[in-house]
Amino acid sequence: MAQIEDSGGGHKKGPGVKKAKKLSTRVDMTPMVDLGFLLITFFIFTTTMSSPKALNLNMPKDTKNEEELNKAKESGALTIMLGKDNSVYYYEGQLAPDGSNFKSATFATIRDEIINKKKEVMKNHIHDDKCPKIWAENKGDKNSCLDRDFVVVIKPDEDATYKNTVDMLDEMTINNVKRYAMIDITPQELEVVHATEKSLGK
Amino acid sequence: MPSVKIPKKSTFVDMTPFVDVAFLILTFFIMATKFKPPEPVEVTTPNSVSTQELPESNALLITIDKEGKVYFTVLSEKDKTIYDEVINTINSSRNLGLTDAEKRNYRKTYMVGVGFGQLKQLLDIPAEQQNNLKQTGMPIDTTGGDLTYWVQAAKSAFAGTRLQYLVKGDNMSKYPVFKNVLGALKKNDVYKYNLITAPEDAPSGTELYEERRRAR
Repeated sequence: MAQIEDSGGGHKKGPGVKKAKKLSTRVDMTPMVDLGFLLITFFIFTTTMSSPKALNLNMPKDTKNEEELNKAKESGALTIMLGKDNSVYYYEGQLAPDGSNFKSATFATIRDEIINKKKEVMKNHIHDDKCPKIWAENKGDKNSCLDRDFVVVIKPDEDATYKNTVDMLDEMTINNVKRYAMIDITPQELEVVHATEKSLGK
Repeated sequence: MPSVKIPKKSTFVDMTPFVDVAFLILTFFIMATKFKPPEPVEVTTPNSVSTQELPESNALLITIDKEGKVYFTVLSEKDKTIYDEVINTINSSRNLGLTDAEKRNYRKTYMVGVGFGQLKQLLDIPAEQQNNLKQTGMPIDTTGGDLTYWVQAAKSAFAGTRLQYLVKGDNMSKYPVFKNVLGALKKNDVYKYNLITAPEDAPSGTELYEERRRAR
């Protein structure tokens, strides 16, 4: 039977027994590590971390029939217009013929305006028999009826960018505005927007 | 004088933990990477707080680049015959007189950004070289333009399956182009769209932020 060589016991064997040379178990890993890092670099550069997301947008059917159009209560309406160079304008209710309720804002301040308007609408809410139906739709949440009359109308003009439009739609999600619409700007509004832009030197 | 012998220290450092970590990172990146097809146009999408995933297949993609050029893409991973059906419909309804080879080439064509007049010319070029070609953008106006016919053809080809409509717009593109794209879709009785956006977090203090925090 072959003898099992145990380490450290060299002297037990006779002088004629040759001791097997112990090979190092260390392997040179440098090339492997090199390759590893090369791959890391490659994948870091090619990877796209955040996958794009889909933002839902529902548009109404174009209709000429006045009766089919959704009516918005004047007291709960906030109209936001998007103009040149990321400018934002808004007014509450109807636009006054002299444009006195037409105000300027920026993308940083419009959120507060939306929140304020929403709070105001919720405060002025008057309970009626349509409310229980809305509660039922929202799992009995009795606050769900409060902002029933709150409608935001988004009107980008021809100078507004796509980014502005999407940002404003996103703002609706952020502030939990349940009813909003994106429609074309009227000539009257466009006139005021252009006049304002001109006075600001844009 | 006895010289002080400085013991020679080995320069060998144990790299094992380092290599372990390196390979861990490598594994992570291999797993996380998803190769996207090379796109002929570069589009920087706006951000939104939306968390909905994008459909990979059974969708129509309409791309608007920063100059306002419109491109049309049919996304159908499994059923490649959809492409044949779309191009056949377009060919016959618009009398383009495309050859079979040109029609076959449409399967590999990633996006169409030319009017019907130049479509034949585009499909004559092998798909691999189309990316080098600068497409002029699909003609579109307030009445919908060529895009209306493409959407119509694709809609009928996908009949019976759920089809989603993706709009991928560049930050700098102007609103009227987007409006015209929506107009072309509306003409085909499509009123639900998915806008492709890059994700971002809900700004702190807002209603959505509070809602998401409660949900966690």
